[in-house]
Amino acid sequence: MNIISELEAAEASRIEAIRKIPEFSAGDTVRVNVRVTEGTRTRVQAYEGVCIARSGSGLQENFTVRKISYGEGVERVFPVYSPMLESVDVVRRGKVRRAKLYYLRDRRGKSARIVEATNARARKLNDDARQIAAEARDKAKAEKEAAKTAAE
Amino acid sequence: MRSGVIAQKVGMTRVYNDAGEHVPVTVLKVENLQVVAQRTREKNGYTAVQLGVGLAKVKNTSKAMRGVFAQASVEPKRKLVEFRVTEDNLIDIGAEITADHFVPGQIVDVTGTSIGKGFAGAMKRHNFGGLRATHGVSVSHRSHGSTGQRQDPGKVFKNKKMAGHMGQVRVTTQNLQIVRTDPEKGLILVRGAVPGSKGGWIEVRDAVKASLPDNAPKPAALRQAANDAAPAEATAAEGAE
Repeated sequence: MNIISELEAAEASRIEAIRKIPEFSAGDTVRVNVRVTEGTRTRVQAYEGVCIARSGSGLQENFTVRKISYGEGVERVFPVYSPMLESVDVVRRGKVRRAKLYYLRDRRGKSARIVEATNARARKLNDDARQIAAEARDKAKAEKEAAKTAAE
Repeated sequence: MRSGVIAQKVGMTRVYNDAGEHVPVTVLKVENLQVVAQRTREKNGYTAVQLGVGLAKVKNTSKAMRGVFAQASVEPKRKLVEFRVTEDNLIDIGAEITADHFVPGQIVDVTGTSIGKGFAGAMKRHNFGGLRATHGVSVSHRSHGSTGQRQDPGKVFKNKKMAGHMGQVRVTTQNLQIVRTDPEKGLILVRGAVPGSKGGWIEVRDAVKASLPDNAPKPAALRQAANDAAPAEATAAEGAE
């Protein structure tokens, strides 16, 4: 492995150790929890919409989330390995036949709907995501309890 | 004034800092960087250290240069560069300088040979505007326009910006920040772009327009020092026993 890919792999694993993002692709509805800094305090803001594209690879990979906000289409691009992403929840798996759903930009309402995927693959991914979420929750709980006992 | 470092440009990537912000970085590699010669005031009229980097094949090294390396008793080097230093920052011949010569957050000046662009027009070379797309302009949309006045002065002034060879010149980019160093792997991560192509030789110096941080190693970060320190400690421990 050359030096650049080594560095990128190390950076990716460092960020992945902090938080893991579930597997999702274009067509899925996702809720992205973004860390927002206002002045001195930071809080987490949720941004929910349809993932219409994933582009790039490795550390450079990012995904585009589109939603309709107050009647206006809004798209945000998130780097997959950005530490600003607290977490990503998959709300719904969509059944689509394209990798890039840019055609959704020209559509509104009924024609912009995406059918939910109910195949075995989607079910498996959902189960995996649920398991990861449960593990994270258990870990957080255990940490909390540990802190509590330590305090006592 | 400390010595600089010779490095090889590896390429660019990105890292995230503690605040979660994305930082574009250029990766520089320092390998087998040793002092080959010293220049002193008594002998040469100025003080400097000559550093060599890389590993050259003996059969590709000229006999004269082999003599130079033999005198310093170092392996033949691929690239030699002299760095002017003050007398208290002279480094012993044969000492190996490591990548932690610079500390994270430090500001440095980086010198390299820019990528050659060949014969370039005035628009690319000097950011000229070119001519209009319409209104009677024919064939010369990317030309430079007028080059002077009339019969008086009757010549084109020297240094007139015109088309010509662009790139492949020595370029120094000032005030770049060191993001991270890795002495084991010999890597220096510098914020932003560095002149030159991948694999090109790069000189990194302490910035002339910024003060040196207090925790920067003086006269240099040496590998030899670490090796010497360990046996010294061992002997001290033996002495204590």
